[in-house]
Amino acid sequence: MIAALKKKETYNHYLSTLRFALYCITHPLDGFWDLTHEKRGSIAAANTILFLTILARILSLQYTSFLFCKVYWPEINIFLYIASIIFPLALWCVGNWGLTTLFEGKGKLSQIYMATCYGMTPYPLIQFPLIIFSNMITADEGAFYIVFSVLSLVWAAVLIVSAMMEIHEYKISKTIFFTIATMFAMLVMIFILLLFFSMISQAAYYFISIGRELLFRV
Amino acid sequence: MKKILTRLTALAACALVALCVPVTAYAEEGYTYNYDWWGDVQYSPDAYNAVEVFTSTELKLDKKLNAPQGMYIHDKKVYVCDTGNNRIIELERNSADSLELIRVIDSFQGGTGNNTFNMPTDIAVAEDGYMYIADQNNGRILKLDMDLNYIMEFNKPTDSTFDQSLSFLPKKITIDTAGRVYCIAVNVNQGLIKFEADGTFSGYVGATPVTYNWTDYIWKKLATKAQRSQMESFVPTEYDNLYMDHEGFTYVCTTNVSEEDLDAGTANPIRRLNLMGSDILVRNGNWYIIGDIYWGSGGGYEGPSLITDITALENDVYVGLDKVRGRLFAYDDQGRLLYAFGGSGNMDGYFKQPVAIDHMGNDLMVLDAQDCSITLFTPTQFGEKIFEAIEQFQKGLYTESGESWQEVMNLNGNYDLAYTGIGRSLLRQKKYDEALDYFKLKLDEDNYSKAFKQYRKEWVEDHIVVISIAFLLILCVPLGIGKVKKIKHEIDTADIFQSDRYKK
Repeated sequence: MIAALKKKETYNHYLSTLRFALYCITHPLDGFWDLTHEKRGSIAAANTILFLTILARILSLQYTSFLFCKVYWPEINIFLYIASIIFPLALWCVGNWGLTTLFEGKGKLSQIYMATCYGMTPYPLIQFPLIIFSNMITADEGAFYIVFSVLSLVWAAVLIVSAMMEIHEYKISKTIFFTIATMFAMLVMIFILLLFFSMISQAAYYFISIGRELLFRV
Repeated sequence: MKKILTRLTALAACALVALCVPVTAYAEEGYTYNYDWWGDVQYSPDAYNAVEVFTSTELKLDKKLNAPQGMYIHDKKVYVCDTGNNRIIELERNSADSLELIRVIDSFQGGTGNNTFNMPTDIAVAEDGYMYIADQNNGRILKLDMDLNYIMEFNKPTDSTFDQSLSFLPKKITIDTAGRVYCIAVNVNQGLIKFEADGTFSGYVGATPVTYNWTDYIWKKLATKAQRSQMESFVPTEYDNLYMDHEGFTYVCTTNVSEEDLDAGTANPIRRLNLMGSDILVRNGNWYIIGDIYWGSGGGYEGPSLITDITALENDVYVGLDKVRGRLFAYDDQGRLLYAFGGSGNMDGYFKQPVAIDHMGNDLMVLDAQDCSITLFTPTQFGEKIFEAIEQFQKGLYTESGESWQEVMNLNGNYDLAYTGIGRSLLRQKKYDEALDYFKLKLDEDNYSKAFKQYRKEWVEDHIVVISIAFLLILCVPLGIGKVKKIKHEIDTADIFQSDRYKK
């Protein structure tokens, strides 16, 4: 009985944190402050939003009218496609956290992840109806589609920046500076990762070739 | 259910293709091809077959052809300018695959004294049988009658618009029904030189607009006068060849194009000029009308296709001849590539240095200057079907055109134009729903939008009752619910029911 009640409570908590995303997108400053400081957000809800975002991307490949989204299927790899969203997100979170902890940012890594995901809410919210809408219009009316599509991206970008401002307790100028700095941090991380992997593969190849040589000679 | 069925058949077809490809890929890859929406090369069955290659031996000539430059076909007769031997060969085609020598023209009667040719580069024959010959090194265009009597000649224009220090070297000519002569001359870049029927020079037609790029322009502004004179100047390009089609419009082509301009779509190697000299070529295709859209440096050939001659069939299909790789590019009246075929080599249907192309009905003839041969192409069943479908559509026989395109599709399932052709035919038959599928398959945005607009209109008209009911419901139901709730709330909070509660 108690377990069931507890279960229902978590369920209710999850729903209320998910519903809080809708408050955040219309009241970003207030909403993102409460998100961490009043604990009105949850990682579970953040994961859900991320999942919905990825789902919107994938579904739009298949179901958006070809007038607006032409897909060259032979070159689509669904796992790479998913990674193309998750990988930059991970880089963003780590890069942002790494920089802001050094400069009096108050946000934790989990909070940065949560706030960023909450900031992405407008994307699935607009993109899902747009998929249906795209099948109801002709190329001449495509301007409507493009306007809403751009709106979803710009809105999400504004939300993510304001979320970073609130959870780190930064001023606007400092936030913008660190947003740009995070971009550079992401580039640096990509560079280091590439370097790392190429070094590792070369080192591995070195030992493999020694092994081969030994097998060949002995 | 129908969709599942079509998907299953598509899957089966894919599997079949996957099984067949390794076998067929080696057999016939690369002679005839087309580009799909993505720009991928799609090999196709041959649209034209090289039936016969005529060299001097087959034509029973006393002397081997020497660097022939021009060819003209008039009804059954083929005229070839044997430029290096200063003569003209007149041939006749009496059966499907033979050319017979009628006469060799190396001189004519009457005239101003010089009765022989010096480097004749082109010939045109009027409906009434008069021959016009571009006698290049004699600096004149001759008009002869059928019995080789001198009628008149067109000489260097004395007008001041023609640079008098230049010698007049006519290269290519064509004539219209009124006997006017249009001429491309060496070193003249103002366009086509136009002569009236009486021999007077009446100006230039269709000069190419001057193009330049910004970096060159800025460099020129910065350069000194001495440096500027060293630089290339911005001048209109010279045309290479011309062809007057059955409607009196002139197709012209130029090989004077740069790769950057072709890539940017600013260079137009093929144009169709009206009487005013403006370019009216329809460019509705997915790709620029420039021949090959990729030009790798494989096989010793570099750079873009250079269209050296062009001919237009009666059904407004025009064929350009690429001298770099020896390919022929056929486009329809909408500027969509129908097929490209040919290549460089020694086999039949391949060329060494193709210089001229002309057509006899739907058959094509290509003159090779190095190989000194004429290659005769006739359409295959596939090619014939494509022409048939195009012609039926032009005549307004939309249902028949759709059926012909269906047959084309049966011969080549990878042929995009067959899909859009069927779609366009269905669109004209007001079967919008079916048309949509075909346009969608081949990503034809314009036609899809056209069909969809009509489909949507019909759908809304058919379902107007349902739509308005749904709309009303959406509006009324929340209003009604709100109203009910409000009444309920008022009842719940009404004083008469709560009066005793307050008393307690």
